[in-house]
Amino acid sequence: MTCQCGHAHNDDGAKQEALQKAMDKYKTVKGALIPILQEAQEIYGYLPKEVMQQISRGLSIPFSKTFGVVTFYAQFHLKPRGRNIIRICQGTACHVRGASKVFDGVSAKLGVGKNGTTQDLRYTLETVACLGACGLAPVMMVNDDTHGRLTPDKAAGTLEKYE
Amino acid sequence: MANVTLTINGIKVIVSKGTTVLDAAARAGFFIPTFCHDPEIPRFGACRICVVEIAGMRNLPASCVTEATEGMVVNTESPAVAEARKTILEMLLANHPQDCLTCEKNGDCRLQDYSFRYGVKGPGFEGKRHEYPLDDSNPYIVRDMNKCILCGRCARTCAQVEGRAVIDFTYRGFDTKIAPPMDTTLAESDCVYCGRCLAVCPVGALTYKRMAGKGRAWEIEKKPVTCTFCDSGCLFDLNIKDGKVIGVTAGSPGQGRPLCLKGRLGLELLYCDDPADPQMKRDGEFVKVSWSDALGLDGVLDKIRKIEGK
Amino acid sequence: MKNLMDKCCDKCTHTAFFPCKDYIKCRKEGPICHQDEACKQKRADFLGDIHLAADSDKRQVLICAGTGCNSSGSGRLVKKLQEELAANGLADKIKIKITGCHGFCEQGPLMIIEPLKTFYTRVDENDVAEIVAKDLIGGELVERLLYKDPNTVETAKTYETVPFYARQKRLVLHNCGHINPEELSDYVASDGYFGLTRALFEKTPDQVVEEVKTSGLRGRGGAGFPTGMKWGFVKQAQGDKKYVVCNADEGDPGAFMDRSVLEGDPHAVLEGMAICGYAVGADEGYLYVRAEYPLAIQRLKIAIAQAEEYGVLGDNIMNSGFSFHLKIKAGAGAFVCGEETALLTSIEGNRGMPRVRPPFPANSGLWGKPTCLNNVETFANVPQILRNGGAWYASMGTEKSKGTKIFALTGKVNNTGLVEVAMGMTMRDIIFAIGGGIPGGKKFKAVQIGGPSGGCLPDELLDLSVDYDSLTSAGAMMGSGGLVVMDETTCMVDIARYFLTFTQSESCGKCTPCREGTTRMLEILTRICNGEGKMEDIDTLDRITRVVKNTALCGLGQTCPNPIISTLRYFKDEYIAHIQEKRCPAGACTALLTYTINAEKCKGCGKCLRSCPAEAITGEKKQPHVIDAAKCIKCGSCITGCKFNAIERG
Ligand SMILES: Cc1cc2nc3c(=O)[nH]c(=O)nc-3n(C[C@H](O)[C@H](O)[C@H](O)COP(=O)(O)O)c2cc1C
Ligand code: SF4
Ligand code: SF4
Ligand code: SF4
Ligand code: FES
Ligand code: FES
Repeated sequence: MTCQCGHAHNDDGAKQEALQKAMDKYKTVKGALIPILQEAQEIYGYLPKEVMQQISRGLSIPFSKTFGVVTFYAQFHLKPRGRNIIRICQGTACHVRGASKVFDGVSAKLGVGKNGTTQDLRYTLETVACLGACGLAPVMMVNDDTHGRLTPDKAAGTLEKYE
Repeated sequence: MANVTLTINGIKVIVSKGTTVLDAAARAGFFIPTFCHDPEIPRFGACRICVVEIAGMRNLPASCVTEATEGMVVNTESPAVAEARKTILEMLLANHPQDCLTCEKNGDCRLQDYSFRYGVKGPGFEGKRHEYPLDDSNPYIVRDMNKCILCGRCARTCAQVEGRAVIDFTYRGFDTKIAPPMDTTLAESDCVYCGRCLAVCPVGALTYKRMAGKGRAWEIEKKPVTCTFCDSGCLFDLNIKDGKVIGVTAGSPGQGRPLCLKGRLGLELLYCDDPADPQMKRDGEFVKVSWSDALGLDGVLDKIRKIEGK
Repeated sequence: MKNLMDKCCDKCTHTAFFPCKDYIKCRKEGPICHQDEACKQKRADFLGDIHLAADSDKRQVLICAGTGCNSSGSGRLVKKLQEELAANGLADKIKIKITGCHGFCEQGPLMIIEPLKTFYTRVDENDVAEIVAKDLIGGELVERLLYKDPNTVETAKTYETVPFYARQKRLVLHNCGHINPEELSDYVASDGYFGLTRALFEKTPDQVVEEVKTSGLRGRGGAGFPTGMKWGFVKQAQGDKKYVVCNADEGDPGAFMDRSVLEGDPHAVLEGMAICGYAVGADEGYLYVRAEYPLAIQRLKIAIAQAEEYGVLGDNIMNSGFSFHLKIKAGAGAFVCGEETALLTSIEGNRGMPRVRPPFPANSGLWGKPTCLNNVETFANVPQILRNGGAWYASMGTEKSKGTKIFALTGKVNNTGLVEVAMGMTMRDIIFAIGGGIPGGKKFKAVQIGGPSGGCLPDELLDLSVDYDSLTSAGAMMGSGGLVVMDETTCMVDIARYFLTFTQSESCGKCTPCREGTTRMLEILTRICNGEGKMEDIDTLDRITRVVKNTALCGLGQTCPNPIISTLRYFKDEYIAHIQEKRCPAGACTALLTYTINAEKCKGCGKCLRSCPAEAITGEKKQPHVIDAAKCIKCGSCITGCKFNAIERG
C-alpha cells in the first residue's frame, strides 16, 4: 500500500491481517460488501483505492460497483480524516435553535469548511442530518460523544478537549 | 398466455398479460418517448419521460415499467402528461450544455427530438450546472458527462458482458455521475472500447472519436454488417457518406453479444475508404500500432502456421 | 439461579437446545413442571426485585441511559451514585438500574426513585450526595430537582404527575425508562414474550394475521398501510424462503421514537418480528439500523444474544417447531434507504437506489423473496396485540387509525420530547396540554408534521384530530411522527427551504424529477429567501411541485414538495412579502433584515461598536450611534449586547 503521509507504516501488516480476517468472516454472508467496507474503514480510517480493489477481488464484485457503493453512502470516505470527527447536527430542531451559527463558529475556529480536515489531521468537520437528540438542540457529536445545548463559544471550547 | 384488454387514448387494445403499457401503446400506434428504457436491459424506470395518465391512479406512472391490466384506461398525451414531459425536458436542459450546433449527435438525439415534439425551447430554470471535464483520454470514445442525462443505459449494457462493468453509477443526488472506478478517465480504466455504451446512449454524452467532424447524422447512411472475426456474430453499422464508408460503429448490443474493438477495427480495415491508424495501449499510453498488431494477426498467422505444421 | 431466566433447580430442563413450551409462563408464574415452594419463592423474589411493590420499603434508583441523557452526563451520574452508595454502606441495599429513554431528554439526565416514582430532572454529579443523604437515607424529597411546570410554576413529585406525562398514553413506550433494556428478565417480568408464546401455542399463522387485522394496526413508518393486510400478502406469497425486515433507518430529521424504542425496549421489537415471522412463514429476519445509532445497535446485539441464549429466538423456539434468526445490518448514511425498496437493495449490498414497484416486497423483496417489511414502532405494537387481543387494541384511537402514535415534539415548545398519545388527540392538546405551549410568551404560528415529506399546518387547524387520514387531507402526513412547533419568529419560506435542503442532499439521483427538481426548487426558495425572488417563481414552484409529486419514482421524490405545497397553501402571503416587499415577516431571513439604531434610545455606550465584527457601527461616545447598512453583515451581535434595546431589527 502506498501512503503519502510520510510516516513509516509498521502497522500495515496488522491492518492487512485485520482486513483479511474481516473478509474471511463475511465470506459466506450474503450482501457482504457494505459490512466489509465498514470494517475496512474502521481499520484504515478511510477507504484507500487498493483496499477497495482488494475487497472487490475478494468478493468477485466489479471495482466500479464497489466505488459506486462507496460514493453513494455518506459514511464512507475516500480520503484520510481527522482523529476527531465533529458532526454538527442540522436537524430541524437544531436549525430552529441556531445550529448554523454553531457551525459557522466552529468552522471559523478550525479554518475548515464542511467536510474539511485540519492540516494537522486533528479535526474533521462535518454536518449530520439529525442526531436524534433534538431535546438538547443545538447538538454536535465529537467522535461518539454527544454535546448539547450549544452556543458557538461553548462548542469551540468543547473541542479543546479532543487532542 | 392470458390476454388483457385495455383502452389507450380511446382505442381498445388486446395484449398478452405482462405487456407494459409502453408496448401496448406502441401496438395501438401511439408513440411514447423513452430515455432509459431498453428492451435488451433489465427494467429501470428512472428517467420518467414515459409517464402516462391512468384512470384511478394517484400519480403519473412510468409506462415502461407499468404492466397493462384488464380494463385499464390510459391517456398517453393528457394535459398533465404533456406538462410533466415538458417540465422534465426543461429540467434536463437546465443541466445540459446548449451546444447542439456543434454536437456530434445533432439530428440523432432524443433530447432534441422530444424537445421539438413538446415545444421546449430551452432550459426552463436557471441555476447550477455540472462542469465536468471532457473525457477525451483515449482514441476511441469521447465522454462528455455534462451531456449525460443519467439514463444508465451505458452502465447497464456494459455490465451485461461477464467481467466488464467498467463504468457504473457513482456519487448521489445531483452529483450522480456515470464513471469508471475512482472517477478517472476511460483510458485509466479497464475499458476495452467495445462501444456498447455508445450504441445505446440516447444523447450526445458518448461519441466516437474516429468519426468526429466527419459528417452530420442526416448525411450518413447506416448499413448493417455482421462481424465474422469470431463466432459471436456481432452487429455493426457501416457509416456511409457520399458513397464513402467513413467509419464503423457498434450496432445494437444484444444480450449475449460482447462487441469488441478488434472486430470494429477489423471491419474498418475491411470497409473504410480511408481508415485512420489504430492505436493500442502500451504501458498505459495509447500509441499508434500497425494493423496486424491491432488485430492480433501475427498471433493468428502463427497459429495457422502451427496447425499446418510449418 | 442468577436471574429470572435461569432454571430454579435441576428439575427445570429448559435450554435453547431442549426447549420447553411453558418457559415464559413458568418464569412468571412457575415453576410449572414441578411443585416446589422454595423454587416458587425464588422466582417471586426475582420478580419483586425487578418491579418494587408500591409499599416496598426497598429503594431502587432508575437512571436514564438513553442517548439524550447520556450526552448530558448520565454515565458520570451512575459512577458517582455507585461511589456515594458504597460510601454510605448502601451498595447492596439500593439497586441502580440503567434504563432507556423516557422521552423527556431535554430535562435530562433523569432519575426516578422507585417505588415512590420520585422524578428528578437535570441531575448533576454534584447533586448525587444530596440525593443519597436526603432522599435515599432521609426519606425527604430534594425539592429543587423536581420538575417545575414553566407555566404554573408547580412542582411535580412523581413522574406521573408531570403534565408532560399525565396526558400521554404510553403503550409502546410503557417499558421505556422503566426496565433495564439490557436484561431479558426485566422484559419478561413485564409480560415480555407472552405474545409470542400465545401466537405459537394458541394460534395458527392465519389466526395471528387475523388478530393483527382485527387490531386495525397501521404501519408507523409513514404511509400507514394496514399491517395485517401486509402480513396477509406475505403469507399468501409463494416461496420456499421468506424474510422479515425491520426498518430502523429512522432518518426524518427531528424524529427519534424508533431510536428510543430500540434503546429502551429492544425485546419488544424482536418479539414483534418473531411473531411476524411465525405468521408469514419466515425463519429469518434483518434489522436495518441507522449507522448514527450506535447505542441502539449495541442494545439490539445484547438483546438478540440473550434471546438466543435463553431460547426465545433461534431454532425450535420453546419447542414449537418454529425457528427464527435475526441479523443486524448497520446503515451507511443515506436517508433514502428508509424507503423500503432502497433498504432492501442496500441490505443486498448495493447503492440504495429505490426500485420500481410493483413488484412489492411482499412478493419479491430481499433477494427476490417475499419479504415483510415494517417499521420499529409497528413491530413494537405487536406483542401487546397478541397479549391482549386485537379487539382490545382496536378500542383505542379513531375509526380508521387505531392505537397510539409516538410523536417527537420539538421546536418552539416548552416541553420537547417523545410523546405517545392515542390517535385522534388534537394538535392543540399535544402542543399545549402536553408540550406546555410556546416558550417566551410568543405566538404559535404553525406546526410541521411528518418531516420532509409532511407539511406545515397553521393555527386554524390546531383542533385537527391527529390521525392518518385527517393529516393527509390537510396536506400534511403522519410520516414518522416528527412534530416541529413554530412560533411567530419562524419564517415559513425558510422552513420550506430547510426541508428542501435536506431532500435535495438526500435524493438518490436515480430519477430525473427528484434529482433535478429538488435542486431547482431549492434554488428558487433560496432566491426568495434572499430577496431575489420574482412573482413568476410562485407559478414555477407550483408547476415543479406538481410534476415532481406526480412523476418521481419513490416516496422521497413524491412527497418532497409537500413542505412547499403546504406553506404555499397556508402562508402564501409570506412568500409574497419576500418577493414584493423584500421583507421577511418573521424576521428570520438574514438577507432581508436591516439593523438600525433608534437614536432616542441609544445612550452612546459604544458596546455595539466594539462587538460588531464588520466595523459597520460608528458614533461618538455618548452620542447616538449609526449602522452603515452597506457594511452590516447582519450577524446580530450588536442587538444581543445592547442593554437599552436601542437596536431594531426589521
Ligand atoms: C424517503 C423515505 C424514507 C423513509 N424512511 C423511513 C424510515 O426511516 N423508517 C421507516 O420505518 N419507514 C420509512 N419509510 C417508509 C418505508 O418505505 C415503509 O413504508 C415502511 O417502513 C413500512 O413499514 P410500516 O408499514 O410498518 O410503516 C420511508 C419512506 C420513504 C419514501
Ligand atoms: S466501451 Fe465497452 S467496455 Fe468500455 S465502457 Fe463502454 S461498454 Fe464498457
Ligand atoms: S452516458 Fe448516455 S447512456 Fe450513459 S447514462 Fe448518460 S445519457 Fe445514458
Ligand atoms: S424520487 Fe428521488 S430518491 Fe426516489 S428514486 Fe427518484 S431520485 Fe431517487
Ligand atoms: S423510459 Fe420509462 S422511466 Fe425512462
Ligand atoms: S435519553 Fe433520557 S429521557 Fe431521552
